[in-house]
Amino acid sequence: MLNVEGLTLAVTDPDTGQETEILRGNSFSLGQGEALGLVGESGSGKSMTLKCILGIEPPGSKVGGSIELGGTDLLAASGEQLRKVRANELALIAQNPHGALNPVLHVERFLIEGMADARGIPKAEAKARAAGLLRQVGITDTERVLRSYPHQLSGGLLQRVVIAGAISGEPRLLLADEPTTALDVTTQAEVVAILDEKRREHGLSMIFVSHDLDLAAAICDRLAVMKDGAILEIGTPEEIRDRPKTDYTRALMAARPLLHPEGRAPVLPNGTETDV
Amino acid sequence: MSADLILEAVGLRRTFHLGRRSSVTALDDVSCGVRRGTCLAVVGESGSGKSTLARVIVGLESADAGEVRIDGAEVRPTTSRSRLRARAKLVQMVFQDPQGSLNRSLPVAATIDEMLRVHRPDLDRAERRARVLELFAEVGLTERHADARPTALSGGQKQRVAIARALAAEPEIIVLDEAVSALDVSVQAQVLDLLDRLREEKGLTYLFITHDLSVVRAVADDVIVMRRGRIVERGTVDEILDRPAHPYTRLLLECAPRPGWVPRRGVIEELAQQI
Repeated sequence: MLNVEGLTLAVTDPDTGQETEILRGNSFSLGQGEALGLVGESGSGKSMTLKCILGIEPPGSKVGGSIELGGTDLLAASGEQLRKVRANELALIAQNPHGALNPVLHVERFLIEGMADARGIPKAEAKARAAGLLRQVGITDTERVLRSYPHQLSGGLLQRVVIAGAISGEPRLLLADEPTTALDVTTQAEVVAILDEKRREHGLSMIFVSHDLDLAAAICDRLAVMKDGAILEIGTPEEIRDRPKTDYTRALMAARPLLHPEGRAPVLPNGTETDV
Repeated sequence: MSADLILEAVGLRRTFHLGRRSSVTALDDVSCGVRRGTCLAVVGESGSGKSTLARVIVGLESADAGEVRIDGAEVRPTTSRSRLRARAKLVQMVFQDPQGSLNRSLPVAATIDEMLRVHRPDLDRAERRARVLELFAEVGLTERHADARPTALSGGQKQRVAIARALAAEPEIIVLDEAVSALDVSVQAQVLDLLDRLREEKGLTYLFITHDLSVVRAVADDVIVMRRGRIVERGTVDEILDRPAHPYTRLLLECAPRPGWVPRRGVIEELAQQI
């Protein structure tokens, strides 16, 4: 469904004219309904990879290679074609949900706009579907949320709204860029569970960018470990965890602080053991 | 409380008034103690009051009620320069964002030098320079780093400078407020190692504020878990991480990503309902 071949990105410093390679010829592909995690530390190029797919790489940068989504070469596509792809096939869930919503409009307008303007669903129908969308992401007091402005909602609630908006367009590919990094750990667990559930229900493919290996492993079919703009290895979470191919992956895994280093499970008072 | 507590908070209360009718109680009768030479981790989510506790302890924030004792003596909020100086000599703080404690337009050595001028008036210029380099060596940095501006350093290097800055006062206690939270895991591991070594070598006491339960095992001896201004559970690291008693602690542990973890809405909701 998505095929990325030899993707490169180079940025030229406007003052010095010096060129920096940000992505170094990366290739990967994604099947229908598959989730791929891009994991790595800051500056590894994981977010830039998403930006290239969306065609929003920084101004003055050069993209090379090819990105093929459902038969369309995104790097060769015209502005009109790109707009269609972005409206119909892609949805972005960014780290900061505030960036996705217009601060002076109600949440309801955000959801309606996504469906009516971008996908041509009649406004009345979009309006009728809005509350149902929120219920899908586990929001119960839909009336209050629909009539709220973004600043009136917590980060976790707002990120659920963004997920609702993303699935409303029935895209083929979800692009999630550290979507839970700014959230509290309990909120993160809930939002990630909802994201995973909805993605599977709708059969969507997803690229999930995260600095947290265990988080990405929990909801992705395969992980790509990135460092300094290059994909070092791609494998299932188990392969990456149990049989890492590169020293860097091994070092990255070893650096993670672990709740239970020896693999022992905490004993809960009711006698059940949580899985470790 | 027993005699080997270097730092004690007793019955701290602090309410922030947000408007005429709304207020948040960040500290609601919080008492805790840190044994000399150990690390107490304060764990909680946003709004738990953990940062307010840290700020009250170092004196950046005042409490509405309760007291902070260092070495058994109450330290009161004060504007007296000499008392502030005396307190800073006992307790230093390292923040999540090291940029905030460094001057952007000066080499980072200048920031440390300023600390030394305040806390070590006995040193002359050349001695201060020598001490700056000594402190940099202690946190794993070189003269080259000392003469660089903050913008030329990586996040991990800046946090090492912030630690050197705190050490310059030769404090007994360092309060670390999410000090490794913004760092990449490989850098985080190095800084945690550094903190551990410094504690051992200098007999320091840490109050380690964090939202991240996973780092607790690596640094702390004892843990308190805070929620909405209250301490819901306290114990040793093993007690809290291996035998959590309070449902909120169990919820935090369940939600922490770890090898083989799968987030499940049902489990999360069930635990949340027991709180």
